[in-house]
Amino acid sequence: MQKYLVRRFLLAFVTLLSVSLIIFIMSRVSGDPRHIYLDDYSTQEDWDRMGVVLGLDKPYYQQYGIFLKGALRGDFGESVREGRPVTAVVIERAPATLLLGAVAFSISLMVGVPLGILSAVKRGTMMDTFGKVVALIGQSAPPFWLGIMLMFFFAVKLGMVPPYGKQDWNSIILPAVTLGWYYAAANLRLVRSAMLDVLDSEYIKLARAKGVNSRNIILRHAFRNALIPPLTFAGVTMGALVTGSLVVETVFAWPGLGRLAIEALFAFDYPLLQGVVITFTLIYVTAAFIVDVLYAYVDPRIRYA
Amino acid sequence: MAADLSGIVIAPPTLRAKAAGLYRKLKRWPVIPIFVLGLVVFAGLFAPLVAPHDPEKGELRERNIPPAWSSGEMSMKTVVERLSINERTTSVTLVDAQEIDASAQLGDEIEVFTRPAGSSKFLLGTDHLGRDVLSRVIYGARISLLVSIITLLVGGSIGITMGLVAGYYGGFVDEFLMRLVDIKLAIPLILIALVLVITLGQSLWIIVTVLCLFIWPRFARQVRGEVLQLKHMDYVSLAKVSGASTARILFIHIFPGTINTLIVVSTLQVGIVILLESTLSFLGAGVPPPTPAWGSMVADGRDKLAGGVWWISTFPGVAIMLTVMSLNWFGDWLRDTLDPRLRQLE
Amino acid sequence: MVTTDIRTNTETVLTVEDLRTYFTTRWGTVKAVDGISFDLRRGETLGIVGESGCGKSVTMLSLMRLIPIPPGRIVTGSIVLDGEDIIPISEQEMAQIRGSKIALIIQDPMTSLNPVFSIGNQVEEAITLHQDIPKRTVMERALDVLRKVNIPAAETRAKDYPHQMSGGMRQRVVGAMGISCQPQVLIADEPTTSLDVTIQAQYLKLLKDIQKESDLSIIFITHDFGIVAKMCDRVAVMYAGRIVEHGSVRDIFNNPSHPYTEALLASVPKMDRDVDRLFSIDGQPPPLHDLPVGCSFADRCPVVMDKCREQYPDSRQVSDGHVASCWRVE
Repeated sequence: MQKYLVRRFLLAFVTLLSVSLIIFIMSRVSGDPRHIYLDDYSTQEDWDRMGVVLGLDKPYYQQYGIFLKGALRGDFGESVREGRPVTAVVIERAPATLLLGAVAFSISLMVGVPLGILSAVKRGTMMDTFGKVVALIGQSAPPFWLGIMLMFFFAVKLGMVPPYGKQDWNSIILPAVTLGWYYAAANLRLVRSAMLDVLDSEYIKLARAKGVNSRNIILRHAFRNALIPPLTFAGVTMGALVTGSLVVETVFAWPGLGRLAIEALFAFDYPLLQGVVITFTLIYVTAAFIVDVLYAYVDPRIRYA
Repeated sequence: MAADLSGIVIAPPTLRAKAAGLYRKLKRWPVIPIFVLGLVVFAGLFAPLVAPHDPEKGELRERNIPPAWSSGEMSMKTVVERLSINERTTSVTLVDAQEIDASAQLGDEIEVFTRPAGSSKFLLGTDHLGRDVLSRVIYGARISLLVSIITLLVGGSIGITMGLVAGYYGGFVDEFLMRLVDIKLAIPLILIALVLVITLGQSLWIIVTVLCLFIWPRFARQVRGEVLQLKHMDYVSLAKVSGASTARILFIHIFPGTINTLIVVSTLQVGIVILLESTLSFLGAGVPPPTPAWGSMVADGRDKLAGGVWWISTFPGVAIMLTVMSLNWFGDWLRDTLDPRLRQLE
Repeated sequence: MVTTDIRTNTETVLTVEDLRTYFTTRWGTVKAVDGISFDLRRGETLGIVGESGCGKSVTMLSLMRLIPIPPGRIVTGSIVLDGEDIIPISEQEMAQIRGSKIALIIQDPMTSLNPVFSIGNQVEEAITLHQDIPKRTVMERALDVLRKVNIPAAETRAKDYPHQMSGGMRQRVVGAMGISCQPQVLIADEPTTSLDVTIQAQYLKLLKDIQKESDLSIIFITHDFGIVAKMCDRVAVMYAGRIVEHGSVRDIFNNPSHPYTEALLASVPKMDRDVDRLFSIDGQPPPLHDLPVGCSFADRCPVVMDKCREQYPDSRQVSDGHVASCWRVE
């Protein structure tokens, strides 16, 4: 168990490091950062002075070292657009994204898991067909389009919820449903197929032979085993939720990190963009680590491996 | 719990039974997805012949025309905010050049018929620049088709090679490649894609490169898993003993064993590629305008929705959804038919 | 030898009468069990033998009422367990009977324990389901049962998960679950096939000991005549969903009266005889969805007669308590 967790932790660390390297390379490839800060009227001296301040006179590996040192202290420089530390901007925007992600993730579980179980238990019935349709649509509708359509019907036409922004409590409904939909479908499929495999197994047969009734067969014996594949998938889900937030926050003008990233991008605000990408990776890595721990809790084969 | 029928022996099929079985199998072909996919491929290949209009040119006079079946009775309430001539006029000119005969005052709420009726000239209506939506949807299939084929070939080949090498050699190479896969999962690739597009400019090739980065790990993982099993097969050992080169063993002896899996994975991945491509387009990082792509068309119509102009966004989105749905459906069917073992594969 | 305990040989615990279990499949109705009858007395071991696919496992599942419905269904017949027919009763009532009156030990110890629960937990569950006793007592009872099946250091091992145990150990745990509520009938479905020979022998001895101690009746489902000889009092030979011969172990071994039984016995390798080649039965059993009109074994029978292809032979008495379904038996 400890060995497993240490391994997962190291992996998370390596991932963060690699992402920081990729980001650093990209920021250098995309051009001299001085272009962002200085305009056409600056002198050569300004240019050189800026170079020293940013450490551009040093070799690349040292520059990366400086970048990394800053990043470790939570210092990603100053946002060009906002004129204040990147970290401050990111911290201001992060809660909205975390809230959206958490609600969407809960929706994906609360819809996907029960529907998946029902589809498997009532295999071949109307319930199963219904689940199949939900899954098929959920995995096929592009989130940006789905968001727009939901917005059109529920906000513009029916006026039930605000179309965009983050004002009242109900503004989160549409973005969260849009974001959670795809993963609800994915969870449904995973739980269904895992459940079918489990229900087919010898240990379920034996549990029934012991006299466990049908309800407990599903809730106690099958459910925990059927949770293992979706849990494995949850790590991937979390990562993709981050990407999804980019799209959904843009559609619904949700004031989170995803929209911040797009804003930074189109404003050529590289320091801010770097900060957001690193934050996204950090969120993902943390979430994935939590999932790994949960995974070990559910599956004793990992706990005692 | 399934029936324990494993031991029940079924008689060897007669010729007639075989024919009947084939018929049954054919009957189980998923007709709907095959039809939709056929339509998309046809539209993509023969777009210039099928499309009724030029997808990139439109008359501003003909903009925002609703689909043919729309009667034009769509109206909206609006408040008069500005009168064009003076405050005492009998004719109001709206922004989009419609004249209403009314003795409107500033601040009056009036009902305005914002749109003409649909016309059979534009089956799915026109967009904000007067371009035919149907023609643009048809041409949009081209981009999706082109992008997914190139991505599949390039990204698939990279992934397959990586998977073969990782599975065959195991050890450090394997560990390294699989960690690479893990790291890929952690990177918000869409963001990286956006950065690339912004710095290097919008082009088909950048999109394809990014999409390849997206899909290779899936292939690598799947192939690796298969190779781990296949490499212990007797015929592989035999090839090794008889002195075949590693490349030969990998590509001639092991690779064919993975083809069933690859067909299934490819079908499902194309759906993902189309979704991603349209997402990039939607975010403004797809093929440069005015080339019609489904994703950018949805984006075009986005801010027209509030005014009730729903068709610009809806139809390309429906096209994406139907295509991806058919791919998933067809992929599921392929998986069940070719290799039931793959049920777990998502 | 004079039987000291008369009860042992007289009281019937289980009576199966004309049991038919069919499956609806794409190929038609598969008659997996097609009219079998037998009874089981207290403390007795009945062996059910036959090739794979002859209906042994479906018989076992029918007795537990674990046939998946659909595609399967019990068409007719009665299964009287402890004086009560268990076919018409509700699923809830049946769940109460499973494990308490009739228990099951399945073939594959590697997959028959739930991987996410500790073994102690799984044995405790079997007890809690049927006995309303305090949790402490349940734990003690579970440990007792584990000790009974010779699990060393039961207290510590009870906390282990299935993947931490060897195949033989897991099989004992499965056995422990089976006997935990002192059932009257224990069905053992090839419980030793995946174990190696020494562990198999230990396990069989264990079962015998437990049986003697608690007057348990066992139905042993197997294809191994060696095990039959070692474990069983009586044998029912199944072929194509029907019992073709039924008698005491001595009768079956010394005087096999159905050609199928003879063939099966001939295919068992013997230590005391030199054979150049093992005897094997030519051909395949008939498809269960398309049984011939006459005897199902006719096509493979070395002594087939015209009559065999016309009518299925009724059950004929060979000697007292020994019956066979073959036209040759007069």
